[in-house]
Amino acid sequence: MTNIKTFATAAALTALPSLALAQDAAPGFDEVGPYIMTTLLFLVAGFLVFFMAAGFAMLEAGLVRSKNVAMQLTKNIALFSFAAVMYWLIGFNLMYPGDGWMIGGWVGPFFSQTVLDPVGIGAADAALDYASIGSDFFFQLVFVAATASIVSGALAERIKLWPFLVFVIVLTGVLYPISGSWQWGGGWLSEAGFSDFAGSTVVHSVGGWAALAGAIVLGPRLGKYKDGKVNPFPGSNLALATLGTFILWLGWFGFNGGSQLAMGTVGDISDVSRIFANTNMAAAAGSISAMIMTQVMFKKVDLTMVLNGALAGLVSITAEPLAPSLFGALWIGAVGGIIVVFAVPMLDKFKIDDVVGAIPVHLFAGIWGTIAVIFYGEASLMTQLTGIFAYGVFTFVASLVLWYILKASVGIRVSEEAEVMGLDMAELGMEAYPEFSKG
Amino acid sequence: MKLIIATIKPFKLEEVREALTEAGVRGMMVTEIKGFGSQSGHTEIYRGAEYAVNFVPKVKIEIVVPTSAVETVVDTIAKTAHTGKIGDGKIFVLSVDQAVRVRTGETNEDAL
Repeated sequence: MTNIKTFATAAALTALPSLALAQDAAPGFDEVGPYIMTTLLFLVAGFLVFFMAAGFAMLEAGLVRSKNVAMQLTKNIALFSFAAVMYWLIGFNLMYPGDGWMIGGWVGPFFSQTVLDPVGIGAADAALDYASIGSDFFFQLVFVAATASIVSGALAERIKLWPFLVFVIVLTGVLYPISGSWQWGGGWLSEAGFSDFAGSTVVHSVGGWAALAGAIVLGPRLGKYKDGKVNPFPGSNLALATLGTFILWLGWFGFNGGSQLAMGTVGDISDVSRIFANTNMAAAAGSISAMIMTQVMFKKVDLTMVLNGALAGLVSITAEPLAPSLFGALWIGAVGGIIVVFAVPMLDKFKIDDVVGAIPVHLFAGIWGTIAVIFYGEASLMTQLTGIFAYGVFTFVASLVLWYILKASVGIRVSEEAEVMGLDMAELGMEAYPEFSKG
Repeated sequence: MKLIIATIKPFKLEEVREALTEAGVRGMMVTEIKGFGSQSGHTEIYRGAEYAVNFVPKVKIEIVVPTSAVETVVDTIAKTAHTGKIGDGKIFVLSVDQAVRVRTGETNEDAL
């Protein structure tokens, strides 16, 4: 998403002569082809990224204990749905203000709802230099949902449903769109030369920062850290966790590939294919490096870390999936996998309880991926660090404040009794596996 | 009549069942259990953190047999479930006062 909308408008101006020529006859494929192909790219990539919601849901369902599975699934479908509504109501235009900035380069317009193209729009009225509004809106909307999913995994098994959803509403409607506009909306960071192709920082680190703030305010699960020791709570279903990881891996082709934001030329579609191949390579490398690291450090392979490693590889390549060679994607992804294996025990040392490893995967690997742009992409280390710092300070501080407000007002944590019983029975009165062991 | 309760390593169950069937045992009850004896627990690593598993998975077999068959059955289990390593399990023999076959109403040894 380096070629933001303001650039696209400039491209439209240069394309005007050819449009004028085509006024007499119906526009040929040269005129409408790119619009059709790019719209198609957004739709296909969009439903791939949409499916990542299923990936997050399965990953999280597999890594929580069985007494919290139904609640985790509830949070996942709820957060996606609220994100979808909030992005229409506020988020999309706040993130892509065009000329409508409220504070130039920093904050877009509030309460400007998304309006779709009219039914059966003619070529003369369509944004031929880009794509249909519906496809663009949908594609951006599934990204914000990914950010919210990151938070739900880290805070699983102890947070109350509704306060969590209030946080999601603010995150997806306000926080993510404001910080997103700095880069992808053509705001101050994109002017400064910051580079984040598909969102190692804009999407993943933002989710990671929000999760980190939440995990600090919320505190660890009961009994997780006792007498200076870590007591792991093994996940209930590693088959689901593995399925979830593969679904996320699949969705990532849309996440990174669609972020080319154009498919109308030989160069564009070829670039999309480069991105697919690099994305896949980084995921594979991340999983292999995590596998080797866990074997060396713990004397056995830890599947949950291998899953995290694949995802960390994906997050690492997301800031620049186009420019690197396949070997470049390999080592960038591999470093991501290594980061995870060190970061998970490190968070435990600080007694920050991240149930699914969302913070190492999305925040730490996201920071790494954003820095790694300097090796193959066009960016300087200083601007990359500026971007990482800006997103970190804004999202972490705003999230921290919001979590504290929620904690002080309605409370964010379930009672001890409810936590021990499990959120499924305590909050939902419903179990994920009601027939298990009861015949 | 005697009730024989045996705890064995789960992977030995099939071997024990075959041997008992050959020895003429016509029925048994099997439960997956967890527990500890002299084997105690062991440690596992999950996501980089070591933790103690205090209860070890075992299989519990319960068989009611005529008193005359006790020695054969106990010997058979002890022989087949044996690996020589710690955690092979234990066998207990208890007296049974009464047995009824629900379908026919037969009692005691006829019900076995």
